[in-house]
Amino acid sequence: MSIVTVQLGQCGNQIGFEVFDALFSDSHCPQGLCSKRENEAYQASCKERFFSEEENGVPIARAVLVDMEPKVINQTLSKAAHSGRWKYGQHSCFCQKQGSGNNWAYGYSVHGPRHEESIMNLIQKEVEKCDSLNGFLIIMSMAGGTGSGLGAFVTQNLQDRYSNSLKMNQIIWPYGTGEVIVQNYNSILTLSHLYRSSDALLIHENDAVHKICAKLMNIKQISFRDINQVLAHQLGSVFQPTYSGEGSFHYRRNPLGIDWQVRPPLSGLPMLGKMSLNKEFHFNTSIANLVILRGKDVHSAELGAFKDPALYTSWLEPVHAFSVWKTQRAFSKYEKSAALVSNSQFLVKPLDMIVGKAWNMFASKAYIHQYTKFGIEEEDFLDSFTLLEQVIASYCNLGF
Amino acid sequence: MTQSVVIQVGQCGNQIGCCFWDLALREHAAVNQKAIYDEAISSFFRNVDTRVVGDGGSISKGKIRSLKARAVLIDMEEGVVNEILQGPLRDVFDSKQLITDISGSGNNWAVGHKVFGSLYQEQILEKLRKSAEHCDCLQCFFVIHSMGGGTGSGLGTFLLKVLEDEFPEVYRFVTSVYPSGEDDVITSPYNSMLAMKELNEHADCVLPIDNQSLFDIISKIDLMVNSGKLGTAIKPKSLVTSSAGAFKKRQEKPFDAMNNIVANLLLNLTSSARFEGSLNMDLNEISMNLVPFPQLHYLVSSLTPLYTLADVNIPSRRLDQMFSDAFSKDHQLIQADPKHSLYLACALMVRGNVQISDLRRNIERLKPSLRFVSWNQEGWKTSLCSVPPVGHSHSLLALANNTCVKPTFIELRERFTRLYKKRAHLHHYLQIEGMEESCFTEAMSSLSALIQEYNQLDATKSMPAEDLPRLRVAV
Repeated sequence: MSIVTVQLGQCGNQIGFEVFDALFSDSHCPQGLCSKRENEAYQASCKERFFSEEENGVPIARAVLVDMEPKVINQTLSKAAHSGRWKYGQHSCFCQKQGSGNNWAYGYSVHGPRHEESIMNLIQKEVEKCDSLNGFLIIMSMAGGTGSGLGAFVTQNLQDRYSNSLKMNQIIWPYGTGEVIVQNYNSILTLSHLYRSSDALLIHENDAVHKICAKLMNIKQISFRDINQVLAHQLGSVFQPTYSGEGSFHYRRNPLGIDWQVRPPLSGLPMLGKMSLNKEFHFNTSIANLVILRGKDVHSAELGAFKDPALYTSWLEPVHAFSVWKTQRAFSKYEKSAALVSNSQFLVKPLDMIVGKAWNMFASKAYIHQYTKFGIEEEDFLDSFTLLEQVIASYCNLGF
Repeated sequence: MTQSVVIQVGQCGNQIGCCFWDLALREHAAVNQKAIYDEAISSFFRNVDTRVVGDGGSISKGKIRSLKARAVLIDMEEGVVNEILQGPLRDVFDSKQLITDISGSGNNWAVGHKVFGSLYQEQILEKLRKSAEHCDCLQCFFVIHSMGGGTGSGLGTFLLKVLEDEFPEVYRFVTSVYPSGEDDVITSPYNSMLAMKELNEHADCVLPIDNQSLFDIISKIDLMVNSGKLGTAIKPKSLVTSSAGAFKKRQEKPFDAMNNIVANLLLNLTSSARFEGSLNMDLNEISMNLVPFPQLHYLVSSLTPLYTLADVNIPSRRLDQMFSDAFSKDHQLIQADPKHSLYLACALMVRGNVQISDLRRNIERLKPSLRFVSWNQEGWKTSLCSVPPVGHSHSLLALANNTCVKPTFIELRERFTRLYKKRAHLHHYLQIEGMEESCFTEAMSSLSALIQEYNQLDATKSMPAEDLPRLRVAV
């Protein structure tokens, strides 16, 4: 089953390149720490998901590159071609000249409708190359204009045209202290729109990844390249093939099928009794956790701590909320590695901060004229605020 | 990639413009070693086969044949433009892109705006349309002029209305040289006041400059160059004021050093749009991020460093010094002290070998000493362009929307009032067809309203930043 990736804007395209590079490098890693047959199955699975075959043997990324100005796409295409190992399709990109000016409204209301046909056609072409489509990975930032606004528009379109396929948005959460002054407006508009059309939002915060580079990796002068490579590494360790459950002989066919469907308790059911083992620790309450283990000794790994009821909301049994995927094939030269994908309260604080700052700015009406110019009115802002306050409240209530 | 057209009006505008084109050629020559006409260079230059007569000569790709500036030169007296056309840059300008007259505007805004405006409106429109046609995707008009004279001030601002009507989608960025304290043009307060109203109403973004600040910066540089500190050698090409290593040798004229600073400002402003980087910033993003309300579109600029020392290793201490300097009042291009006023928004455009961690470290370091308006506490817009300016390994342009412009406007209003109260020289203006006293009083109210907006913002400076009550929702 294949995933079609849509890379939007400067951020989306810069990260997209690193992701494909990481996936390719890992799948061609000579020391898989497993049998040859195992390695080949892994490679074949990775190949099918992310790359399509080319006549002269150079794999082509299953990706569509979109940006409203040409510099970044040109760079991305040439970097990939330069590597000689994989490349992007010659006709897989859509580009304009003027950019979106960091304006969500421009990306959503002007670029979106204007270029809808062209962009969706490109995606359709990529979909047709897949034997069977699992879904879409949309890589975008929230702070700018193209990734955020056009990204929201494209996701909506994907929802309309491919309602049976999964859509997962990889979203870059901007640094708290601005990269873009109107980033909070762009963020709330993006999130509120994506909530209605995306199946899952995979979040990476620039501040968090920056800290990883500084504290864990000791990089002195951190560049965006460093940050994007850490991100790509994390995404690679989530999306590379794994087995689900014990005793299955094939790699999971559904890489995006992280079951995020949360079913809140039906009224009338008794609250499940809680025997918490670790009362002293205060964790973010989760509604779903996925642990992915790769490499040596995966089958003997002790995962009991992840099943502690204290981690989960009161109306969920850990067995319903916790999943494990494993493979003996090591990831990217790491003898053992683990990844955790979590649907929990960890995002409440950052989300609350963004909503608070956007609200303060909205109250003064600053910059609003830049949005109303392109059809995003004050009511649209209010709708976004309302929706996000509900999200924050829902997540907060998990703890009770 | 988009294109921009530079419109240089009046003596000051054309002299600055000349320096700008010289530096732009120098910059592209340094970056574009293979002389291929690429998208970066096409933002300001056309590639023309001069053997083809008429207009069919444009070449969009391949080797550079002959570069023509995307410029329109306007002056109501011939001296300056003629000098440019006889100088080393003569081939860079298209002779069809000039509008000149002989008599000049006599330092009278009304002559520039009303008389020459109506006289040359058709011609101006025709030249503008022509330059727009030569562009694949025209994004911005850069107007360069001074406020104190007659042509730059009057005709320059007349242009803005024309641009707004004819090309409403294209941004209008205006570089305006404001008169200094010891300005020798007696009527400059009238001219500036009348021009201000036009800037308020028809410009998207204004970068005010004043001669005194430019002069002070030059004095500082001269001091450093001549002080011969501890064997430090300054790279001559790196002076932000120098035209050393220029495209062609020019005679250094008295205002050249000052004009070079402004030329550098314009180059750095557009660098992230022309060249690649890890965090690009296009021209439309400047307006989007730095103009929170349509009337408040005056941006104070500062350029650092002013020179590069000859040693190759740049300790991060020096990098950090560059950031600190950008906020000092000695580095601003107008007389202003942003550190002690209120920031509405701030943009940092970095060029060269600087990474995101350097940027973040310095923002964190400088933030506590700066005051931002309550609704924009983290109002920073940043960009990283990989290509440094000629002669430097890195540089920083800071653009601030800050209430520190207010004193410039207040002083302008005072000088105007002193003159207007005595009705001195007023008849020169009122005798022009279309001019009435109401023009003056309207201009005055427009400026007063602007000053009032800044006052209201300043009043919030001492108030603690309060979080407003949020929406309450039912879950």
